[in-house]
Amino acid sequence: MNLRGIQAIYIYEMNRSFRTLIQSLVSPVLSTILYFIVFGAAIGSRMENISNVSYGAFIVPGLIMLTVQMQSVNNASFGIYFPKFIGTTYELLSAPLSFVEIVIGYVGAATTKAFSIGLIILATSYLFVTINIVHPFFMVFFLLLTCISFSLLGFIIGIVSDNFEQLNIAPMLIITPLVFLGGSFYTLDMLPPFWQNFALLNPIVYLISGFRWAFFGIGDVPILTSVFFILLFTSICISIIWYIFKTGYRIKN
Amino acid sequence: MSEIISVKSLVKKYDNDFIAVKNLSLKINQGEIIALLGPNGAGKTTLISTICGLASITSGSITVNGLDVIQDYRKTREIIGLVPQELALEPFEKVINSVKFSRRLFGKKNNNEYIEQLLTKLQLYDKKDNIIKSLSGGMKRRVMIAKALSHNPKILFLDEPTAGVDVELRKDMWNIVKELKNEGVTIILTTHYIEEAEMIADRIGIINNGELLLVEEKNKLIKRMSIKILKVRLKKRLKKIPQKLAKYKLKLIDDGNSFNYYYNIGKEKTGITSLLSDMNEIGINLFDIQTEETSLEDIFVKIIKD
Repeated sequence: MNLRGIQAIYIYEMNRSFRTLIQSLVSPVLSTILYFIVFGAAIGSRMENISNVSYGAFIVPGLIMLTVQMQSVNNASFGIYFPKFIGTTYELLSAPLSFVEIVIGYVGAATTKAFSIGLIILATSYLFVTINIVHPFFMVFFLLLTCISFSLLGFIIGIVSDNFEQLNIAPMLIITPLVFLGGSFYTLDMLPPFWQNFALLNPIVYLISGFRWAFFGIGDVPILTSVFFILLFTSICISIIWYIFKTGYRIKN
Repeated sequence: MSEIISVKSLVKKYDNDFIAVKNLSLKINQGEIIALLGPNGAGKTTLISTICGLASITSGSITVNGLDVIQDYRKTREIIGLVPQELALEPFEKVINSVKFSRRLFGKKNNNEYIEQLLTKLQLYDKKDNIIKSLSGGMKRRVMIAKALSHNPKILFLDEPTAGVDVELRKDMWNIVKELKNEGVTIILTTHYIEEAEMIADRIGIINNGELLLVEEKNKLIKRMSIKILKVRLKKRLKKIPQKLAKYKLKLIDDGNSFNYYYNIGKEKTGITSLLSDMNEIGINLFDIQTEETSLEDIFVKIIKD
């Protein structure tokens, strides 16, 4: 295995984030703080507790998920799209690197960034609300797996995109609505019966539910269902990437 | 010289059914500079792309240092450096970081001493901490070469390295290429500039429509294909070429005051002596003579047209 090659891509990608620290770190953290102020403090103070959890604390897992999913997708998609855009993918393809190693480099860096931001947001949330994490191991497991799977998704988006507009379409028009409608700010039983069933078609519901279960021991769906869905989602992304590299789709001539 | 690259019956067909390379076979020797000449779309870049791993192979095989470029891609790519045609660089990165990145991609440990030597050789040392986007086009081209050489490759592909660069830089590039050859690097160069091939290549390959029309040592090719022109200026004007001289296929010019005689320097006899003797016999006196040589460009055009 070309570990130095993987390390080169990983460090290069991490350095890119440090060069754009405001965009990479400050911006998502600031957005989340605003969510806490608006939903947690302003609106949340007038909301009833949900399953004995204050509304301010209840939205923490959803807010973390919202941010890490967007960050994972954005970082990984931009990470691979930018070399395509400026034409430097020739370096990756002509280097003694396997496709798996290229993916590990890019997805690893995107995962690290998103995971770090997730932890920073969690730390920030302690400034606003009191949280006792019931299953800390599962919380880290879910957070990590979500970062990996959405970074894989971002990598796919970066490969198939032909321009910056396409690069932004999937995160803006698909992922954001799914996350907002996936129970970030409410439980499914707060919805009318029809929309409760409809919401179960949204894969993000299972991720947020599982993550919330790790925090408070409560979830919209059983924890094993959540674990199954996150593993299924990760497997689908890996399969698509495997196909892309096997066929050279949008990468090789 | 031992063979370092072997391309056998290579075919490259794109998804749109365009066949860019048609049953091409080529052997490249270690330590030589081979120039691949051909018009736009001839298949030169596609050939390079298949060897370097940028394009898949439809059929045929390629070995580098005796190893298959697909089965043993790690080992073959380790010894190859590629400078593509386009200036493709991360604009916001420092020169030195960009070169170090390329080295690590090839699995090599960081070696500051080697990188600094390389940057010095390419006259980039003063610019090592500059952001790439602040460099001129010529400097960027040098950075591309530095990146391609960062892992100490045995083989260097230069795809139109002097396209769009000024004369001075072009000559600098030629010197760099010659230095690399002296260090034992095998260089495969594609170019539009015949002069470039003439100046630095050991062998010339001519590609057109995806086919390799010929590969030959440059000097032999020039000798074999070169037609020289003997321009003879006469003391008295001729209305037409006398019967005695018809066999020389002379061409009257300057309103009959001169004629051209075409001969091949690769042949044993040029026919000049007998022409002059025949002229003397029938009383045609010459005033002046001069010769002109065909260039590699003329040869290239002739081969492509044929």
